[in-house]
Amino acid sequence: MQDNLVIKGIEFRSRLWVGTGKYKDFEETARAVEASGADVVTVAVRRVNITDRKSENLLDFIDPKKYKILPNTAGCFNVEDALRYSRLAREAGVSDMVKLEVIGDERTLFPDVIGTLKATEILAKEGFMVFPYTNDDPIMAKRLVDAGAVAVMPLAAPIGSGLGIRNPYNLKIILESATVPVIVDAGVGTASDVAVAMELGSDAVLLNTAIAGAKDPIMMASAMNHAVLAGRLAYKAGRIGRKLYATASSPIEGML
Amino acid sequence: MKIRLNGEDYETEAETLKQLIQELQITTDRVAVELNLTIIRKADHDATTIKENDAVEIIQFVGGG
Repeated sequence: MQDNLVIKGIEFRSRLWVGTGKYKDFEETARAVEASGADVVTVAVRRVNITDRKSENLLDFIDPKKYKILPNTAGCFNVEDALRYSRLAREAGVSDMVKLEVIGDERTLFPDVIGTLKATEILAKEGFMVFPYTNDDPIMAKRLVDAGAVAVMPLAAPIGSGLGIRNPYNLKIILESATVPVIVDAGVGTASDVAVAMELGSDAVLLNTAIAGAKDPIMMASAMNHAVLAGRLAYKAGRIGRKLYATASSPIEGML
Repeated sequence: MKIRLNGEDYETEAETLKQLIQELQITTDRVAVELNLTIIRKADHDATTIKENDAVEIIQFVGGG
């Protein structure tokens, strides 16, 4: 059964998207990404190390021919910086996609949704495929879509917190009203969080720390891969309703 | 001459962006270059001259979430 996510004509082979931060080295990054089955890999935009130019490059380990590279604007606290990083990322030549982050506060890393909205509008007009990281706010999700976002990426919980889906009801409302794919981004801690996000009907999940910070990142990557598949199938299969009292699974008829 | 390269003072013999990148031994296929806050496309590196106190930024992709 073909069930691939398609955004603006681009087909995505996996509904698990992964980040490449916080790994021990590039080798571990590559192995974790491979084990996750992910198709989309996020990266950050930073200065080339001028004093140590021979240092290895991430993209020598994560082949842009094999994976879809999604540059982010992590670390940007205002619209101007987010635009600058996005444009530099595009010039570096791996894609027109950008995971837009306009961060509002260092402690929570919650998005500055007003700045995010402004930047989305500008970048969409410049031809970017904008994937904005946003709050779990259904109204803001709608505004971002109106501004030209090709998908919305509401957080499950603060970035790197591992707290899981903190507001499944808001997420459900976003999912019900969204006219673009919804990718849950940030805050998941373990496989069950991913499964819950997918069972709610999310189109994909993006995570980083939950794999990179696990005791065995490669095994956790594989767990996340399975969780996305399990959650997606459960969503499509349609779960049973919740009842307070038991209903027997074995027939009464034929009992002694 | 002295320029600002990735936020640091840097002494270079290069006269163009292309020469600077060659001097740094950077392969351009996965980097982006900014001169005084303006992105300079790869095709224009050769024709873009640099002068004293110019601010050059060269970026690449690193691990991130």
